[in-house]
Amino acid sequence: MAEAVLFWIFSTILVGSAIAVIMARNPVHSVLFLILAFVCAAGLFLIMGAEFLAMILVVVYVGAVAVLFLFVVMMLDVDFARMKQGFVEYLPQGLLIAFVVGAELVYVVSGWSASPKAAAAATPSGTLSNTAALGQVLYTRYFYFFQAAGMILLTAMIGAIVITLQHKAGVKRQDIGAQVGRTREAAVELRKVPSRVGL
Amino acid sequence: MHETALSLPVVLPEAVLALGTLLLVLYGALRGERAYNLVTEVSVALLGIVFLIVVWKSRPMGITFYGAFADDPFTRFMSGLALIGSLVTLLLSLAFMRAERIGGFEYPVLILLSTLGMLMLISANDFIALYLGLELMSLALYVIAAYRRTDLRATEAGLKYFVLGALSSGMLLYGASLIYGYAGSVNFGDIAAAVHDHRSMGVLFGLVFVLAGLAFKISAVPFHMWTPDVYEGAPTPVTTFFASAPKIAAMAVLVRVAFSAFPGISADWRQILVFVSIASMALGAFAAIGQSNIKRLMAYSSIGHMGFALVGLTAGTVEGAQSVIVYMSIYVVMTLGTFAGILMMRRDGKAVETIADLAGLARTDPTMAFYLATMMFSLAGVPPLAGFFAKFYVFAAAIKAGLYGLSVIGVLASAVGAYYYIRIVKIMYIDDPAQAFDRRSAVASSVLALAAVLVLVFVFAPTLLTNAAMAAAQTLF
Repeated sequence: MAEAVLFWIFSTILVGSAIAVIMARNPVHSVLFLILAFVCAAGLFLIMGAEFLAMILVVVYVGAVAVLFLFVVMMLDVDFARMKQGFVEYLPQGLLIAFVVGAELVYVVSGWSASPKAAAAATPSGTLSNTAALGQVLYTRYFYFFQAAGMILLTAMIGAIVITLQHKAGVKRQDIGAQVGRTREAAVELRKVPSRVGL
Repeated sequence: MHETALSLPVVLPEAVLALGTLLLVLYGALRGERAYNLVTEVSVALLGIVFLIVVWKSRPMGITFYGAFADDPFTRFMSGLALIGSLVTLLLSLAFMRAERIGGFEYPVLILLSTLGMLMLISANDFIALYLGLELMSLALYVIAAYRRTDLRATEAGLKYFVLGALSSGMLLYGASLIYGYAGSVNFGDIAAAVHDHRSMGVLFGLVFVLAGLAFKISAVPFHMWTPDVYEGAPTPVTTFFASAPKIAAMAVLVRVAFSAFPGISADWRQILVFVSIASMALGAFAAIGQSNIKRLMAYSSIGHMGFALVGLTAGTVEGAQSVIVYMSIYVVMTLGTFAGILMMRRDGKAVETIADLAGLARTDPTMAFYLATMMFSLAGVPPLAGFFAKFYVFAAAIKAGLYGLSVIGVLASAVGAYYYIRIVKIMYIDDPAQAFDRRSAVASSVLALAAVLVLVFVFAPTLLTNAAMAAAQTLF
């Protein structure tokens, strides 16, 4: 009973804030509504017993991605009014595609059946929580995928640097060696300043 | 096949490539801009070593990482091909990148990372490994498409490729999740067991989405829109890379998914692929006719060739799989040779790309004209060159499987396509000569010459390739 009530509360707020994300006039409000949507989705995950996904959603999406969004929105001068210009123009096509995909989804899900020969579900046995179960297999059984994901992130990092880093001439950079190598004699000059004359 | 939790000899090529790449990244980051030449040369050597490890006969085969990674004759054959594609691309890039002043050690490193993704993709035996390999390969490709970031066309190419590629990855993942929901496993073997004789809407939708995602990577119609713009906008060595190695990897994984995960519903995927194949062959034949830029022309040509290769897959037999492997091998030789020729089209130190620039090449440089003409005849499928046999095998497999309509359309498309290849030969041999090209670079002309010789002598020993391809194809059945 309590679960059903929580489900309706979370899902209502989730859908409402998701709509608010695209309807809000102020982009900062959009991002804040996005954060609310993430938190509600995390709540839904908790109800389903997926506590690891819920925490990851809060930590990664709310903690990192949404905050980054907020910075981008506040610091870059993005003209949202212009970005929304084509909205009405593309609305019919968008609605058509959404309708077709939605109809297909309903068709697929309504007639859903798992294979009679489907592999057994990999639910962790006993009292192990999801997080502990993930920890047991992530670096052993799924070692390959973990390493592959690492290579992908490295590629993304190199790619971001290649595309954005610019070597400008005349930029002042911190030279730690030079900073540490400075002596008192080289850096400070003592002068006797005569009164009422100055240097 | 022997299945283990972790077996180093089985994953040795990937391990060596990954470690070598990491060391090169480290070296490049410490040395900065000056590292470009050395990193490129070491990368070529590294790819050569990995190639030798891949084809090393006494290395044990098997399935490892709990069924996620399969090393079998098919993996080895296709990995070898992809490595040749990457290696030749890097060799061809050296002179071009230096001449165009596009430096940076990141370029060879990204090619290595992309190649690592291809090897992982080819050896993938479940959907997670497939997706991770595909993403690693594509992510590096998006970046090298936009590598010349001051060039508007190159950045447009990169952005277009990235957005459409992300969409196709999403489709692939969605399809894989539907299939997982039905089969209860992401492993190809388990899926084949679960989807054997019982069908459901979910699996069919999943299959369609997965095929759409993979068709995007081989640029088959109707997922080809990005190809001409990306091929034209990217620097020529990058285009060479796009047209060769990633196509091999994506086609290999398409063949593996079709035969090892969905043998039970082959009637369904064959039906989809028949459509994709016909559409690709037709578009490749007709859309290339009006092109004046040779890279754009090669883009449409590659779309058409993917259509022909898919004809073999639609046959759904072991001969069909063999013919796809043979087709891709010959395709990669022809593509690398042709692009080596395009890379030699330089006038006054600048790269030129229009077909008109080739006018009268037979009089200014008869050797290059002869080699290029050989490539064009082979791409068109004129006997007795290798390109003819490639088409012959796929159509023979299709006819044996009873796909008469598809074969007739394919032969007609091939005849239409021959027009624009032979037009290039006509421009080179009959038109009035334009200004001569700059001195040919040694690497590019030897690649072109080698490709031309391979294409010419294939007729004398076709069994060398077809037997190896048969051995590779049989592992999938």
